[in-house]
This record gives sequence, C-alpha cells and structure tokens, in this order.
Amino acid sequence: MCLGIPMQIAEVSDDGWGRVTLDSTGTRVNLSLINHPQPGDYVIVHAGFAIEKLDAQEADIRLGLFDELARSYADGG
Amino acid sequence: MKYIDGFRNPEAAAVLRRQIHALAGEVHLQRSGRALHIMEVCGTHTMAIGRYGIRTILPDTVSLLSGPGCPVCVTDSGYIDAAIALAERGLIICTFGDMVHVPGRRSTLAGCRSAGYDIRTCYSPLEALDIAKQHPEREVVFLGIGFETTIGPVISIVDQALKKQISNVSILTAFKRVIPALHALMGDPEIQIDAFLCPAHVSVVIGAAAYQGIVDTYHIPCVIAGFEPLDILYGIDGILRQWADRAFCVDNQYNRVVTDTGNPFIQALMQTYLQPADASWRGLGAISASGWDLKEEYARFDACRKFDLTLTAGQVPNGCRCGDVIKGKLAPRECLLFGTVCTPSNPVGPCMVSTEGSCAAAYRYG
Ligand code: SF4
Repeated sequence: MCLGIPMQIAEVSDDGWGRVTLDSTGTRVNLSLINHPQPGDYVIVHAGFAIEKLDAQEADIRLGLFDELARSYADGG
Repeated sequence: MKYIDGFRNPEAAAVLRRQIHALAGEVHLQRSGRALHIMEVCGTHTMAIGRYGIRTILPDTVSLLSGPGCPVCVTDSGYIDAAIALAERGLIICTFGDMVHVPGRRSTLAGCRSAGYDIRTCYSPLEALDIAKQHPEREVVFLGIGFETTIGPVISIVDQALKKQISNVSILTAFKRVIPALHALMGDPEIQIDAFLCPAHVSVVIGAAAYQGIVDTYHIPCVIAGFEPLDILYGIDGILRQWADRAFCVDNQYNRVVTDTGNPFIQALMQTYLQPADASWRGLGAISASGWDLKEEYARFDACRKFDLTLTAGQVPNGCRCGDVIKGKLAPRECLLFGTVCTPSNPVGPCMVSTEGSCAAAYRYG
C-alpha cells in the first residue's frame, strides 16, 4: 500500500493540484504536500498525492553507478 | 521512464548478485556459520522481492523475513467489524480496495456491499470528501488505515473539510507508526533480526535519521532502499558490507527521494491534527504510542467518537497464522492452510487478502 510511482509534473494549477504524467498516461494529483512544485519536476505519487520530489541529480548519480556495474559485467568483471 | 527502467538493469543485477555472494561468505565465516536474517519491513518490498525472484538469487546464508509493513495485514479484525457496523447503520463507507475482502467476525465489506450496503473503494482519500459533498444528507466514513506514508493523504480529509466547511465526513482511524513496531520486534526474544531493510516511502515522511535509535540500541544495520530490483539488491549488499566491517549505521540508499529529516509538510499536518496513541497490531498485540489518534479538538472527524463506537479486539480465524507470519517467525508455506484452504480467491487471513501480504506474495511468486 506504500507503493509510490515516480511521475513528472506537466502542469501546476493555483488550487494546490496539478497534472502528472508517466510515459503516455497522465493523471490529476494533489501537490499540496511538497515544496514548490514546478512543471518538469519528478515526484513520487501515492494515494492521489505527490508525497515527495525525486531528486533527479541523485537519481542520475545512482543510475551512473549501476551503469558502471553493468559495464563491469560486460567486461567479465 | 528512465527513473524506473534504469533501476532494473539485469547485468548490473548479476554483478550485485556476485558481490552479495562474496560478502555473504565473508560474513558467514565471521558469524561462525550463523545465517543472517534481514527483515524487509514494508509490504511493497515483500511484493517486489517476490516479483523479481530476489530470494532465489541470494545465498542460503542470507534469509529475508517479511515484516509488519502491510497495513491491511496488521489491522485488527475488530476494525473490520466496526466498519461493517457503521455500514449497517446506513453510512457510506469509503476505503482503499484491499480492505473489502478482509474477513471480520461475520462478513467482509465486500459481502456487506452485496447485501446492499454502501461501500465504495477509493484510490485517493479525498474522493471521500467529494462523496460527502455530493451527499450532504448522509454521513461518509473513510477507513483510515496505513503507515506514515498514507497518513498525510488521509488526514488531508480533515484539513480540507475544515477549509470547505464539510461536516458529514469522518475517519475510522487505525494509523500505525513504524519505529515503535521495530522496537517491539527487536524486544521479542523469539525473533532474530540482524538488519532492517527500511521502508522506502515511510522514510520519505519520517526521514532517515528516525532509524538512528534502532541502530544505537540494537547495533544492527538500517538500510533504506527503493522498490526497484537494483535498489533492493544494493540495499542487501549494503547490509552485508556493514556486517563485514562490523560498523553499523543508517544508510540511506534511496536518497533520490528520502531526506534526513523527512517531509515537513506531512509532519506539520500530523502535528496539527494527531496525537500519539496506543495501537493494537494483529500479531504484535498492543504497542504503546505506536499509532495516532485525532486530537480532542478534531474529535468530530473521528468516526469512533462521532458515532459512539468502541473498537473491540477481533477474533483470529481458526488456523490462520498471520500473527506469526507478520513477525517473521513463520514462513507463509508453513501455515497448514496455505494454498489449500487459504488462497487469494478464498483468503482466510489478511496476509492472503492484501496484494502486499506475505502469504499472497508467497502464493503468487513461490
Ligand atoms: S496462509 Fe492464510 S490462513 Fe495461513 S497465515 Fe496466511 S493468510 Fe493466514
């Protein structure tokens, strides 16, 4: 039940709501529980709310580390 | 989406698997041959571990125990009886979908709905508010179960109801706090836990620093990991590294989302409307200050106080061992009813009902 899906903010409206997308699907979510939501931000969506932003920089660092691991596999490492 | 697929790379997983096996060998020697028991606290981890077959690629000396982190599973069955009683009084009951099949003493909420009572499943708690607005002449009750992750969205009902002056909505609360449950598990001499793989989205709310007390008190690793397969493998790898070095700490491996201090907006909502309360957990029993109640000044949003209802402890279905499964004492397959009398289409206990329950995960993924 604590599943949360990373989605990207497409639109922010004045009433604390906004539209988020994942690949080609979009949905309306409540953005009142996160700091300063902006279009383009990635957020974790749970029970109709964005409960936190996803820090793209940290995510990219982690993905880089996993890419390196994958390369070491290809190199027989 | 790269922030999902990127964390599923099979080649990186193969390298992590090798690393884990090497480290596990080292740790096993150091621990004089004792297996290492890692508890994944959260039901979403349990499902991901099953779905990606993570148990099957771990060495025999590392075992993963499923913990009490499925909110449906730890909700006492007396709560279902209370929800049914409210439905039978003609109220509209709104709930997350998983709850409708959990057996109470006489029936389930699904059974209640077939009998003509008004039970509605919601994806977001705020749908209950819309329903209340559409039916001003009726009372709407939202079944507020869940851990810290879900409490913010649920308590927003009260926040919004006050702002919009909606008075015909209330919450049947059964909120749970994770940290007191971890202490209760560690205090049980019959359970051996050597590390916690900490829940990803509970940690979003409470922050990584919240686990420091567990590390300091019990000298075991607390590693926060995301729900993707590489997250989980890297988390297990991190736990083994801590054991290999015998240096234990809170390691936030999900720092793309979890901060040290947690989400201040959700914490502020909780502080405004809630106060710590004793809570009763299926399997673990009553744990002091392990839940939250609405504060006295918001009692009119508390279904129990509004409708003068007392929650009584429910009965465990005959033969169901959910209590032991939740504590990691018993593997689902060791329950005599597993797979024969108790299946996902005909569940006996909540651990088989909930899509995140350990028994449902074991049934689906073996
Ligand atoms: S298999 Fe069914 S009866 Fe046995 S513990 Fe799990 S839910 Fe309960």
